[in-house]
Amino acid sequence: MDRKQCCVKLSVQPSRGLMDEKFIVLVQNALPGSQLTIRALHQCEDGHSWEAFGHYTADTTGTINLSEDPSIRGTYSGVEQMGLLWSLRPIPGSKPGLRMRKKNIQTPMEVTISVYQGHQTEGFADLVPLSGVVVERWYMAPGVRGFQLQKVDSPQPFFLPLGPGPFPGLLDLYGLGGQLVEYRAALLASHGFASMAIDYVNSKFTIETGKMVDSQYFETAYRVLQQHPQVCKSRIAMIGFSFGTSITLKMAIYSEIIKLSAAVCISGSHVQPVDGSVEEILRFSYKNAGKTRFSEKDEKIWRDQLLPIPTDPSLKADVGRLQCPLLLLVGEDDQSCPAQESALDIKEMMAQAGNSHLLTVLSYPNAGHLIEPPYTPHTRSSNFRTTGMPEKVMYLWGGQTVEHSRAQEDAWKKILVFLRENLYGGRNPTLFSHL
Amino acid sequence: MSVLRCFSFSRGALWCVTRPHLQECTPTSRRLLSAMTQVVPPILSVTPSRALVDEKFKVLVENLPPGCPVTVRSLHHSEDKDDWEAYGHYVSDHSGVVSVSEDLSYGGTYTGKEPMGLLWSMRPVPGSRPGLRLRKMNVCTPMLVTVSVHSGHEGFRDQAPLASVLTERWYMAPGIRRININEQGVQGTLFIPPGPGPFPGLLDMWGGGGGLLESRAALLASHGYVSLALDYLGFDQESENLEFKYFETAFNIIKDHPQVMPDRVGIFGLSLGSLVAVTLAAYSTIVKPCCIVCISCNHYYPARGSTVTSKFEGVTRQLSKARVNEDNQVIWKDVALEFITDPSNIAEVGRINCPTLLVNGCDDQNWPTVETAEDVARLMREAGKEHLLSRLAYPDTGHLIEPPFSPHFRATTFVMRSSKEKVILLWGGQTKPHSDAQEDSWRKILSFLQFHLYCSPNLKAKI
Repeated sequence: MDRKQCCVKLSVQPSRGLMDEKFIVLVQNALPGSQLTIRALHQCEDGHSWEAFGHYTADTTGTINLSEDPSIRGTYSGVEQMGLLWSLRPIPGSKPGLRMRKKNIQTPMEVTISVYQGHQTEGFADLVPLSGVVVERWYMAPGVRGFQLQKVDSPQPFFLPLGPGPFPGLLDLYGLGGQLVEYRAALLASHGFASMAIDYVNSKFTIETGKMVDSQYFETAYRVLQQHPQVCKSRIAMIGFSFGTSITLKMAIYSEIIKLSAAVCISGSHVQPVDGSVEEILRFSYKNAGKTRFSEKDEKIWRDQLLPIPTDPSLKADVGRLQCPLLLLVGEDDQSCPAQESALDIKEMMAQAGNSHLLTVLSYPNAGHLIEPPYTPHTRSSNFRTTGMPEKVMYLWGGQTVEHSRAQEDAWKKILVFLRENLYGGRNPTLFSHL
Repeated sequence: MSVLRCFSFSRGALWCVTRPHLQECTPTSRRLLSAMTQVVPPILSVTPSRALVDEKFKVLVENLPPGCPVTVRSLHHSEDKDDWEAYGHYVSDHSGVVSVSEDLSYGGTYTGKEPMGLLWSMRPVPGSRPGLRLRKMNVCTPMLVTVSVHSGHEGFRDQAPLASVLTERWYMAPGIRRININEQGVQGTLFIPPGPGPFPGLLDMWGGGGGLLESRAALLASHGYVSLALDYLGFDQESENLEFKYFETAFNIIKDHPQVMPDRVGIFGLSLGSLVAVTLAAYSTIVKPCCIVCISCNHYYPARGSTVTSKFEGVTRQLSKARVNEDNQVIWKDVALEFITDPSNIAEVGRINCPTLLVNGCDDQNWPTVETAEDVARLMREAGKEHLLSRLAYPDTGHLIEPPFSPHFRATTFVMRSSKEKVILLWGGQTKPHSDAQEDSWRKILSFLQFHLYCSPNLKAKI
């Protein structure tokens, strides 16, 4: 073995970070001008392997710094400090339609980062790297406590930051994926918000009756959160993704009980029967099942079901009645939901009603439906079983990887600033400058 | 003494601007601060929240009222069940921010601009047992430090904190493997970095305090070295022919490991451990260390042929004549100085053939390491080996020079091996300069090791 290349030193700082923290990958002691491949490998909870890699050339000091040097090609190119994470994709030969979502957030995501001689594109399993390190990526900061808050129907995962508090509260609603997703709530708690992930799809009621829960379910969750001794009663926000947006808007506008300090709606729409029950809202979006299109790869495109945006006000949540700040996040290539068209209509409705000062719209070109926390892989399409449907089908979510990943990074930063300003009343959001 | 009062309304909160004097907020503004924080507390963050023990962090407090005095405090509950703390007194700026990395501490366990003061200035909380030393024995778990922010300066402990966060300080990077070694009579713990290797190796030895300390070896592995923390006190070999056998065997265990580069194994020793390093490098015909690092170097080597342990016991018996100061602390340095003035009691360091780094503190009260370092330099110069030697000497620094940000102990309890008597040994050093020395020396030690063990083009240069 070439002695000099044995001495290649690889380091990643920090080696243990939160999911939304940046790291610096550094290669030192390489032969000046040598061609090297830096690769990330992650085995997710369901056993599938994901990889990302970039091709680099060491400089005259034998150094490669991913925050300064460009990848010539690979799963990402250019100067991309976090490219090894956001460009992760299933290794060749994997089954199609995979999506990476961490279920157990008490343990970190482990990524092995290695450096290889030459510019390699495949067959990594048969190559011996020059050097390798392990990096941990955490959803929970040290001291964040996760436990189940007892509710009327079923216990809800609740994440509380360390400290006396009181902390602003957050109700976190994901979409209709069929399994409870806790990671965003855990990550938000790591930023100082007492966060409850609401499982509205798998409630006892839904399992027994096959019907969606109603407003009372969410109002009870709100009350339970308010009553926690370490939560600020008057500073509670709701964050909804996809179908979670419909519920968020419904609660924010129509609920007598829920008084939100702020609302965040990601990849969603306001098109729904005015003051309809959650069940009615769900059935409404399925009503137009006939409008479902299919891509040339036979992926289901759902976005037309709510189009065209109706002019009939009884078919749209009355955003003109909103009394709290609203942050809307839109992927312009969203193939599942007409988020962009909805956002434009919401803007118009609020301008007419005179409350548009409450609205902020962040619209990202070439970003898809699944706007998740940053540095997690982009999924353009995946096998998905929606609530109420019997089988898993390939759905097209949309987005181009590079732009979608940039959107995730920018969106997350802005969500945190928005929540901080509205829930903590802070004037100087320097806190997230390290992200 | 006047307090400027300036009320501005922001989301219903009443803010009070005080001139940043070193005294408290007035009672009124304290009530205001309290009332406001009952609504929403300040935001405290430590970045990164999980780090290696030698990595820096940034502590930031936001959302405070402007110009408000607060105390930032760290608290650690040790494995020995003692509480250690550090704290700094700060005043927030016009935007309600305190940045421990940027702002000055007006008082506490550290003053001035000290980003890591909350760690290195830690000391046992008032009321603790005397003579405590902080050492992490279980390196598989992190050191947990709670950082909190309190209202006011004097009497800050009287109230509950306004906010707190937990930070983890790790000795082991992710992926490091820890392996118990008990073979060929050698006992210790081996730490192997992740990755294919091969890696350079290090034999790591602490001093005469006894017990197996793994913390430094784990940290060295986190920097890419296969490191063996060696348990060597209490292993007697009777025959003088086997004088070095234990250490040579340990060295070879590292050298022969499939993931170690056999010609890139060094030795790292502190205090008595450095005596082992120096004598192996000078006398061993079996092992040839690639380089050696000696902290608080000891070259006292009388009656060649007896084991390190028995030498140490002999020394400690003689040290019973050592001076005790008015604080009842035992000072070994002066008595030891007498021992090393006799040239027949000194290891022949002129025989060392590898790069050598000596690190010592000029206020070392435990061993005459200043004189030792001078002596080693002289002997190596006389033998034409001066080019192999590098020295770092730090003013107001004591004997126990450890990895950075660990607290400084000027004197701690020590159990004498032979008599089992408990004494308080004076190590020396003043906290701030000693901590600076720990930070500076560690960086230079890592750089020295990297140069000689990772990629030295002149590795094979012979004298």
